[in-house]
This record gives sequence, C-alpha cells and structure tokens, in this order.
Amino acid sequence: MDQSSRKIRVLVAKPGLDGHDRGAKVIARALRDAGMEVIYTGLRQTPEMIAAAALQEDVDAVGVSILSGAHNTLCPRIVSLLRDQGMKDTLVVLGGIVPQEDISKLKQLGVAEIFLPGTSTQDIAKFIRENVKPRE
Amino acid sequence: MHEIKEDSSEQLASERWEEQSLKPARPGGERKTSFQTVSLEEVNRLYSASDIADIDIENDLASPGQFPYTRGIHATGYRGKLWTMRQFAGFGTPEETNRRFRYLLNQGQTGLSVAYDLPALMGYDADSQLSEGEVGKCGVAVSSLADMEALFGGIPLESVTVSQTINAPASVFLAMYLVVAEKQGADWKKISGTLQNDILKEYIAQKEWIYPIRSAMKLVVDTLEFCTKHVPRYNPISVSGYHIREAGATALQELAFTLRDGIEYVEWGLRAGLDIEEFVPRISFFFNAHNDFFEEIAKYRAARRIWARVMRDRFGAQNERTMQLRFHTQTAGVSLTVQQPLNNIARVAIQALAGVLGGTQSLHTDAYDEALALPTDSAALIALRTQQIIAEETGAANTVDPLGGSYFVEALTSKMEEGALDYFERIDAMGGMVDAVEQGFPQREVQESAYQYQKALERGDQTIVGVNKYAMEDAPQQVPTLVINESVRQHQLERLERTRTKRDGGEVNRTLDKLRQAAQQGDNTMPATIEAVRAYATLGEICSALRDVYGIYEEPAI
Repeated sequence: MDQSSRKIRVLVAKPGLDGHDRGAKVIARALRDAGMEVIYTGLRQTPEMIAAAALQEDVDAVGVSILSGAHNTLCPRIVSLLRDQGMKDTLVVLGGIVPQEDISKLKQLGVAEIFLPGTSTQDIAKFIRENVKPRE
Repeated sequence: MHEIKEDSSEQLASERWEEQSLKPARPGGERKTSFQTVSLEEVNRLYSASDIADIDIENDLASPGQFPYTRGIHATGYRGKLWTMRQFAGFGTPEETNRRFRYLLNQGQTGLSVAYDLPALMGYDADSQLSEGEVGKCGVAVSSLADMEALFGGIPLESVTVSQTINAPASVFLAMYLVVAEKQGADWKKISGTLQNDILKEYIAQKEWIYPIRSAMKLVVDTLEFCTKHVPRYNPISVSGYHIREAGATALQELAFTLRDGIEYVEWGLRAGLDIEEFVPRISFFFNAHNDFFEEIAKYRAARRIWARVMRDRFGAQNERTMQLRFHTQTAGVSLTVQQPLNNIARVAIQALAGVLGGTQSLHTDAYDEALALPTDSAALIALRTQQIIAEETGAANTVDPLGGSYFVEALTSKMEEGALDYFERIDAMGGMVDAVEQGFPQREVQESAYQYQKALERGDQTIVGVNKYAMEDAPQQVPTLVINESVRQHQLERLERTRTKRDGGEVNRTLDKLRQAAQQGDNTMPATIEAVRAYATLGEICSALRDVYGIYEEPAI
C-alpha cells in the first residue's frame, strides 16, 4: 500500500486493575480525529493480552494508559513481549501519572515517550506521527 | 410576585443601564465573546431581579432547616457544628495507614476515611497474579480480617466514625468492619460510619466492578436491609457524583446522574420491602468540588431542593430526615496539576470554600501533590489546615447559606434543578438507571463531555494556570513525593500466608459454601458473609464464591 494513504494504526491499551479510563478514551478519540485508526483494548488487559492484540491488529504504535503507579511492572513487560513476537519497531508510548525518577528508566527499557497530565492531545498525535517507523 | 408595572420599569432601568453605562464602558467589546463555566455552560454578564422573578421564596428557598432545604438542612448551619473534616487516606500496609490515621486524628481531624488499593477494590487478594504491581499503591492493602484488625488497631470504632471507599466488594468490607468492631467490644447498635457501596457509579464512571449489574444491586440491597435492622446508625450507601465528575461529566450531569442513582437505590430498597422512613435517612451523598465556584455552590443547593421534592412527591415520604440530603464533598482531583504543583493549594482552598458555602456535612481537601502520587504527611497536613483556616479564619461558617438570595446563585440553582429534572425524565423513559446504564446512556454523556472539555482546553477557551497559560518550561517546581515501598507486597503476602495456615480450613469451606447457597437462593448474603469473615476467609475467596454464583460483568463497547 502507498505509504501516504495508509493510516497510522494505534492500539490504546489500559493494563492493570485501574478503571480510570477518561484519558484513554479521550486520547483514542483525539487520535481518530487526527486521522489515525485506533483500537481500544478496554479495561484490565494483561501485558500478554495487549501484545497479542497489537500483533493481531498489526499496529504501528501502542499507547499505554496507567494512572495507578503500576507502570514499572507493566510497561517493561509489554515492551519485551512486543519485541519477543518480532514487533521490533512498534512505537510504545505511555500516558498517566508517572514520577519524574521513573521516566528515564522507562525510556531505557524501550518506552519512546511518557506523556504526563496536561499534555495536549495534538502534541501526542504529532509525536506518534513523527516517530512511527515508516512501513515498507 | 412581580407586577407588570414593576417589570416594565425594571426593563426600562435595564435599557437605561445598557445605554448609559454598558456601551461607553467597553467600546472595544469584552475580553471574550463568550463566558463559560468549567462545564462549558454560558453565563450572563449580569444577573438581576428579573432573573429570579420565577423563584417563590417561600416554596423554593424557605429558611435553613425547612423544606425544601435549599438553604441547608440545619437551622443554625455551621454555628451549631462545623462540618466533619474527613481526609481520605490509605497506602502501603495496614500498619502504615494506621499510623497516618493516628497522625491525622492527633492533628484535629474529626473522622476517618479509608482508601483501599486496587486489588481490594476489585476483590482480589494480594497474592493474586492480577495484583502484581498494585499492592498498596493506590490505597491500603487489605486481603482479610487480619489486615483489618491491623488497620484499626488502637482506633475505637464505637467513637470514631470511619468512611470506607469500597464498592463492588462493599458487603465484605462491611462484614470485616463489623467483626473488628465486635472484637473491640463495640455495640453494632452504636457504631456509625459510611460505606461508599455505590455500584451504579462504578458502571457509569469509576469502573471498578465485579459482578453483573443486577446481582451487584442485590448485594447493595442486602447491605441496606442488614444495616437497617442491625446497624441502625450506619450509612450503608454514599451515592457518589464525585467519580462521575472526575470522569468528565459536567456539574449538571454529576448532579443529575447522582440523584437519579439515589432514586434507583430507593426504588430497589422499597421493592425489597424496606420502609422508606427507616432506610432513606441513612443514605448520604458525595459530590465533587470543582473549579467553577458559583456553579458548584448552585449544584449543592439544587441537590438538596431536588432530593427533598423527589422524596416527598415521587415517594410520598413524610419525615424530615427522609427528605434531607446530607453530603460529603471532596475537592476535584482532576483539577490538580503536575505542573507548578504548589498552585494546587490555592485551587483546593477555593474549591473547599465552595463546598462549605454549599453547606456540606463533611469535607476532604486534596493534597497539592496528588497529581504526582499519594500525599506525603506534610502535604496531607496542609490540606487539613486549609479546612481549618476556612472554618476558623474566614468567617464563612458564621452565617447560614451566606449566598442565599444572590441573583446569580439563585438563578444557577434553579437552572441546575431544571436540567436535572430533564435528565430524570429521559432516564425514567429508559426504564430507570439500571436500564440506562445497560444501554450506555450516562457513560456516553460523560465521555462526550470529557472530550468537549479537552477540545475547549486545547483551543484555549478554558484555562489551566501553569498548563496552557503561564506555563514555565524551564522551572518546574519539584516537590517531594511519597514512594510506596516494593516490600509492601512481601509484607502482605507473608501475613496472608500466616492467616491461611492458622485458620480452620474446614470452617472456611463450610462458610463459603453457605454464602454460595445464600446467593443462589436470593437470601440476604450479609449473615453468611460475616460468618466467612469470622472464619478468616479472604476477600478474594469470598468474592470468588459470589463470582461462582453471579458471574462477572463484561463492559459493552460504548
């Protein structure tokens, strides 16, 4: 498919036990309005379920929403599961409440960017557009 | 009543004012073309007598302590008794939270409020695989009666009132609370406290559910019935708009959905054969205090008026206590910013003042660091001091309903009431709130509002200081945050292990079977739940027994 016509595909994922999905749903809709194809996993997905959905939906990016403080447990696992199943270029971004001291550690583990509360949805869309790996 | 002559002279005066004062005042127009509340509701430039001409002072306002309680449920307001300062707290192990509770009580706090962690809210034990990474993070970790005993160690439940924020597994936590009280030698007839136990708003907004909605409602009715009989001073439901608002609802949607949820519980209670005058006085409410000062005050005043009228006219209630809406308020967590976090102290103070001017019975003020993590001791202390400053220094507690009669506040109050009644009609037409939730109606309304607000923010129509205006890229204010030690999980796993070893396994199985049987037969599940708790069956085991019977809720795509 011609690169310019293929829409960027994003999986918005909500792992962990937390049910606060306002952010996940707002960002899903905003990315859709920005011209991307968005799949929302729904609540309480395990890292395994998220990785499987990413593969099945053949997404370019996974946007993870975590507000509960469980990011250090959940994010690295999602990244490594994606890599293990061959999705080496899939962009992983995280949005939520993340303390400053965790950010560099998460980036080292393969999370491309961490968006804190107050980030505009347009900035997030721009980041995804500029950082997804072009398809063959 | 206004006579026609007065109306026209008023209109003439208004026209004269526009001609003589308004037009010359600002030839270039106003700062903005549209002035909106944080709920994106348009507000007028000026409110005058004509805006409240429809209000009948006798019937719509009355005096404080009089139907329909628009001006408050107590004749003396806060001159008799201040609101209860009830700070929500919970993190790490039960011992750590117990220390925070004692600290807050020593600092003059007058009630306790427990925040449980996500595994507890979802009915899982600390050793469940699903609990990994979440134990003790968003609240205190509790998996069994042994944890509850540690949580309330040295805190006399007969004299301190405790509010528990727990919903899907609320009946289990009520049982654990009652058994701890019993072991302390407290009399169930004397203890008070509040169980959030508002499952409807979980499906609408907060989304910590376990069972399908109608089975979950049955559990709520069980607690209502049990408390009415055996724990008469306890408040078994706190109908909560707080989370609906946090999920993105407007002030009006918060008000309307919360009160309609309240109506639903009343209807289910009546169908179970409870006496309205007995159980409804023990239902309390819980509202958000957001940034838009006057809109919030109007919301609280309208809530009281609507509830009083609904109780009298829709249900035929006669006792005052049944018609009086009592509520707790918490400042808006969603309004707190990570950027320049000390600014949050100012936000919280203003939001809390709105709660007080709206006549709240109890109040939680958020700590300034809550957009970053759970609050530190010092941040929690400033939050409590904020309430004490409002109570002791501002004079806001000296006069009952000080904004009563304000053209603006009265006009907003009436508008809120009208809007809420309109929502009631739509929800009634769907068959009630359970049906409306099953059809995804309130969920869609809230999501839409959340998205519209985000768009308004990104257009710059709504301002957040330090975020989309007055931002400081280079100089973020760093504040210390509370870090939950990873050893919490280990500590909890060890106690759980000890509990499972020490207890009588046969008794656990027997009581769990009895609970399954009660659930299957549609009996009240509370007595069997209490027995299981006494046998040290864990939270996860009890919820699993009920999952066996009820199944689990699957959210439809909305």
